[in-house]
Amino acid sequence: MDNFGEIGTTEEQIELMDVATNFCRDKSPMDKVRALMEEDLGYDPQVWKEIGELGWLAIAIPEAHDGVGLSMAEVVPIAEQMGRNLMSTPFGTTTLAAQALLAGGSEAQQAAWLPKIAAGIAATLALAEDSGDWDLSNIACSGKHDGDQLVLSGKKQLVRWADSVELIIASVKVDGDVRFAMIERSTLPDGALRREAIIDETARSFELTLDGVTIPADALFDASRTRETIEKIELAAGLIHAAEMCGGSQAVIDYTLEYLKTRKQFDKIIGSFQALKHPTVDNYVEYEKARTHLYSAAHSWGEQGRGEVAVRMAAAQAHSSYSRAADRSIQFHGGFGFTHDCDAQLHRRKAIFDGALIGDAAYQRSKLAGLLFD
Amino acid sequence: MAEKPDAAELKDYTQAADAWFKENTVRDPGFMLPLTFMEVSTDQQFDFLREWQRKVYEAGYLGAAWPKEYGGGGLHTDFQRAATRAMKKYDAPIMLNAIGNGWAGPLILDLGSEEQKQTYIKGMLTAEDIWCQGFSEPEHGSDLGNAQLKAVKEGDEYVLNGSKIWTSLGDRAKYMILLARTDFEAENKYKGLSFFFNPMKIDGISTSRIKKLTGEYGFVQTFFTDARIDADCLFGGEGNGWSMAMKTLEYERGAKVKPVGGYFVKELDVMQIVELAKNSMRNGKPLLDDPVMRDKMTQYMIDIQALNLNNTRRRMPQLMQDKPMGLPLMNKLARTELIRELTEFSLGFQGTKAGYYVGDENAVDDGYWHRSYLNSFSATIGGGTSEIQRNIVAEHALGLPKTR
Repeated sequence: MDNFGEIGTTEEQIELMDVATNFCRDKSPMDKVRALMEEDLGYDPQVWKEIGELGWLAIAIPEAHDGVGLSMAEVVPIAEQMGRNLMSTPFGTTTLAAQALLAGGSEAQQAAWLPKIAAGIAATLALAEDSGDWDLSNIACSGKHDGDQLVLSGKKQLVRWADSVELIIASVKVDGDVRFAMIERSTLPDGALRREAIIDETARSFELTLDGVTIPADALFDASRTRETIEKIELAAGLIHAAEMCGGSQAVIDYTLEYLKTRKQFDKIIGSFQALKHPTVDNYVEYEKARTHLYSAAHSWGEQGRGEVAVRMAAAQAHSSYSRAADRSIQFHGGFGFTHDCDAQLHRRKAIFDGALIGDAAYQRSKLAGLLFD
Repeated sequence: MAEKPDAAELKDYTQAADAWFKENTVRDPGFMLPLTFMEVSTDQQFDFLREWQRKVYEAGYLGAAWPKEYGGGGLHTDFQRAATRAMKKYDAPIMLNAIGNGWAGPLILDLGSEEQKQTYIKGMLTAEDIWCQGFSEPEHGSDLGNAQLKAVKEGDEYVLNGSKIWTSLGDRAKYMILLARTDFEAENKYKGLSFFFNPMKIDGISTSRIKKLTGEYGFVQTFFTDARIDADCLFGGEGNGWSMAMKTLEYERGAKVKPVGGYFVKELDVMQIVELAKNSMRNGKPLLDDPVMRDKMTQYMIDIQALNLNNTRRRMPQLMQDKPMGLPLMNKLARTELIRELTEFSLGFQGTKAGYYVGDENAVDDGYWHRSYLNSFSATIGGGTSEIQRNIVAEHALGLPKTR
């Protein structure tokens, strides 16, 4: 199995892990998470500003574009701690937009946007559509040339944080081919964004109506790089969400353990009952497997072939372990588990949402099977 | 011993080890090689593995990091690690003397007297002196702390009475690490236990082979009837048996005593199962076209890859900060259960052939998969059942209260 990747860390990863562990814990306590759930924006603009100032949006951007010049491997420990503390911000979508630009943007497009992202503006991707297909090339939205303009039409779904970003990178079909179009949010007509009711109440997401949206024709990514852009987005999204879900698994297991160590029934701490103890151990084992895969995927980032295997293994394992740990957390909290006040449901919902965004564990395995056996 | 190994020396050693295992590894001696030290059944298997261990030791690739004065190589741990990697690379057979090298040896090197080190270490490295473990008793398996084999001190001797069971290599061993009760009135069951290096080939000790569920032999029940051993065989002092037994588990992680090297249990090669699956048919089509089998096989690949990588991650403190005991303690549970599941899964590939067993010419791979599945229980039960392992992880890694 040597071919499927190794595990290792970089000094930068470990430094960032230390900083992110403290930052996310301090800036995202549960009472704040719950308060932000009630607000329209869904995140703390001050925290977002600090994330920009910390340089976290610049990590995987090359130095030539004012970035730090590291890679997605160093983004992983940050996303992990964000997931662990349910810290919701456009960090993930902005990072993915930068990766998309790096894979498919022209020199001019990269030069125009990457320094801004590195400096802290927010961006997002608009990929999903009504078909519900995880295949990013199965889309119906379109762009038609009209002189040096491109007239867009159709509806994109699950466009996260769209109301507060500056840049939206949307997939559309132009002359039958999938292309990526850069849309400045400020140019959207009124009513183009409709806030969606999504299962993860800590995130914000919008349906984007492209009808009536026109962009300059040179705001399209290079046609010849669509394929690698899609691959890059899939893998970067797989890695970031695997990291968030790993952090979330850790948090929900710790949350469950806390309850098992304090709650008493039949005059006993319920954590002494093997009916609760043993499945908790099994969930913990699955989480550790996920974390191992996560840091293996980070370590193998960018490697042809095994990089994808490692990311998909990480995403599959993180999604299944997060789902399972959160599901059991609800159950093990008994009546309280059934309430909105119990944090277990926040994690359960987030696991479903993350799976919906990148493809759930079964989908990741089906992609893996092709890589492993065919 | 140097803090850091000399890079050039290490490189030379690594190359030499690679060449040695490439040349000397016999993968198919013409009979089935045991995958674990618990599966050694025939004389042929035993003789082969004993000779193999001696050869590896003499070449300098076992115990390379153990102290030179007792028979080791006196080298930095990285040397032994390189040798073990070469063993794995060429899929070399297991090291036979697991209880000696993996359990008793580290204990002696850590806490033993000069005389004990001189007496025991070299013989266990050469496999001249085979060791076995006498912890479990017929009536005390998972409740090991309640072991009842009686050791009564009479003058310069202890007189032993009782029985131990599930003793791998028990009929071939020269020594047994033995957990016996020296005090029946101690304040708790653990404090009445003492630890002995017990000689096996003496009057009053007899063994009786136990037929395994596979139909083979491999372990024994050991009977002690007024067996007299020298009082010097006591190790760690009376009443400290439980803590000595627990200490042997610590050495597995290699933190206190440098690992002896090699492996006593072969890692299951998942690619072998993938090959089997690829060569199997279902309804006239390749088995791996079946979406259910594909999905399951993929999940197993994810699992086994995680456990293999865990071995590397365990040595990376930066990725072990949160629950530092988690990975080491869960390894046995996760690995043995996975092997049980995987080998069972492989039977499902075989269609009607799943009905055959070792010994029939129609059996797939001579019944290897069936035997592996049945043997897999030796590891999910032996050395602490998976259920006990879950308690251990829960209590020592996750901080949950004891079940009692």
